[in-house]
Amino acid sequence: MANTLFDKIWDRHVVQHVEDGPEQLYIDRLYCHEVTSPQAFEGMRKRGIKCFRPGNIFCMPDHNTPTHDQDKPIEDPVSKTQVDTLARNAEEFGLEHFGMMNHKNGIIHVVGPERGLSLPGMTIVCGDSHTSTHGAMGAVAFGIGTSEVEMVLASQCILQQKPKSMRINIEGKLGEGVTAKDIALFLMSKLTTSGATGYFVEYAGEAVRNLSMEGRLTLCNLSIEMGARGGFIAPDEVTFEYIKGREYAPKGEDWDKAVEYWKTLKSGDDAVFDKELTFHAEDIEPFVTYGTNPGMGMGITESIPTLDTVPEAGKASYLKSLDYMGFEPGQKLLGTPVDYVFLGACTNGRIEDFRAFASIAKGRKKADNITAWLVPGSWMVYDQIKEEGLDKVLEEAGFEIRQPGCSACLAMNDDKIPAGKLAVSTSNRNFEGRQGPGARTVLASPLVAAAAAVTGVITDPRTL
Amino acid sequence: MKQKFDIISSTCVPLPLENVDTDQIIPARFLKATTREESFFGENLFRDWRYNPDGSLNETFVLNNPKYSGEILVAGKNFGSGSSREHAAWAIAGYGFRVVISSFFADIHKNNELNNFVLPVVVSESFLANLFASIDADPATIVEVDLPNQTVTNKATGESEKFDINGYKKYCLMNALDDIDFLLENKDKTVAWEEALKA
Repeated sequence: MANTLFDKIWDRHVVQHVEDGPEQLYIDRLYCHEVTSPQAFEGMRKRGIKCFRPGNIFCMPDHNTPTHDQDKPIEDPVSKTQVDTLARNAEEFGLEHFGMMNHKNGIIHVVGPERGLSLPGMTIVCGDSHTSTHGAMGAVAFGIGTSEVEMVLASQCILQQKPKSMRINIEGKLGEGVTAKDIALFLMSKLTTSGATGYFVEYAGEAVRNLSMEGRLTLCNLSIEMGARGGFIAPDEVTFEYIKGREYAPKGEDWDKAVEYWKTLKSGDDAVFDKELTFHAEDIEPFVTYGTNPGMGMGITESIPTLDTVPEAGKASYLKSLDYMGFEPGQKLLGTPVDYVFLGACTNGRIEDFRAFASIAKGRKKADNITAWLVPGSWMVYDQIKEEGLDKVLEEAGFEIRQPGCSACLAMNDDKIPAGKLAVSTSNRNFEGRQGPGARTVLASPLVAAAAAVTGVITDPRTL
Repeated sequence: MKQKFDIISSTCVPLPLENVDTDQIIPARFLKATTREESFFGENLFRDWRYNPDGSLNETFVLNNPKYSGEILVAGKNFGSGSSREHAAWAIAGYGFRVVISSFFADIHKNNELNNFVLPVVVSESFLANLFASIDADPATIVEVDLPNQTVTNKATGESEKFDINGYKKYCLMNALDDIDFLLENKDKTVAWEEALKA
């Protein structure tokens, strides 16, 4: 008997089992950004068809968005074309579109939850692997390709093999200076970037329950980096409290009905998972990555693993990776000089991340060798930063708040880390060239990023 | 591109690296196109490994080595991890590959390949290691991928394995049909599902 939360949500959305094949899954919410949607709309035009359920689809540009002077035209003509194309497609197909300078714009994975568009029990997809973020709301959310975006535009469904289910329990309490980002980097270092491939992950346990909504969004965001299709957390009072009153959330009687249903969304006590893992929060310290995939991470006080700990088939990739980073096996990273610091992205571009960064920056000064980009995930986050006066604290410390967008996470806009430079980044991927050709990325939490920003070197925030 | 898939016999291009992510297959700066021109993406497949930072050809990268060519790419485990960008599958197809052999694929990328009529073939670690050795010893090594029988054969050693694919997707590949055709034909079932939920 299907009794995991994943089964409950997935099975409810199965339109039909295709004979000797996948399942036809109904999708409640499709998000489109400018990068992975144009060819899907082009396909719709070629077929001469309209969107099946336009009301379930929301569009917004984020990847190409510049993080300054958004009131002026985008300088890069190719980026401008892509952003304009999304606006045109949304209009042609009758879809809601939060364009640049619209106060609802921002990174899709920040905007969806904060506007009350991503809700418990939903199936949510987007042509973006970090769609797993929305799982924090208690939804089955996952990234898809452009052909699949076209499927949803055309039919509000996709064909998918049902993934297996995994539960990861984090028991105990997180230590001071240890955040949701560190839990995720810790898990990737244990599971590798393929350890959860083929699975949907439910996060549970005391340390997960105790996370704020922002922390949960960060944790679920990084599910894909262990290969998982998605990750989610059963909705609870923290979830309901977060959603209540948000723009697109149910209101009045609908709200009561919704909460009543959402309260049933949890795995049964007798639920059986295909795989179950348990870790202890006390074993997690602030994390940093040292290589070119997010699974190559370690506690900030540790040393890079030596070559003899790497399996034979992986040695070539391991050495290529360290060579790219300019690090040696056995090296410690504490004290390593840093050139750039990036706070933002769908991973850590929320209000709590700016509070954390500001808590370290307060009363200190940005180190002279550091170029820092602080980029809110949305205009809503931007406004909240101002309301809370965090912008003043950060300005006094020598930092400037930019305008929202994906920014330096993936080098599709002006914010690119120059070749050879070392960045401590709160984003999600340290792949070769991810932040710009030749750029070297150390992934870390907002606290570790802030500690690097004020000291100029990789620093354990607990020592400040 | 929609094309019927049957039996492919070809030499291979070996890429014995693990965790090849889609940012390497096609870097983000090439994702700004708004049309689906596979030739454009194919030209930029593995762009930052094929070319040096100064724009010159990186002679040591396998795609630039005249010894290796063919319709089959053979890669280390966890191929296609990271970003969901389907542009990676377009680049692989656009370059002329019709099959990718590895011991493990990332989920989203695997679907993207299938949706572009590129067949991901999962083989055992030992089959993969032996295949890399065969290609290393003789770049003219032929591999036969037989979709109807779901077998992959290393012609140099005679080693053969069965591979998995669901019956529906196999039918689609062999008949050049895609999922959208199927979903459009099944709209009545979708409407019925919506009605049942409201009831």
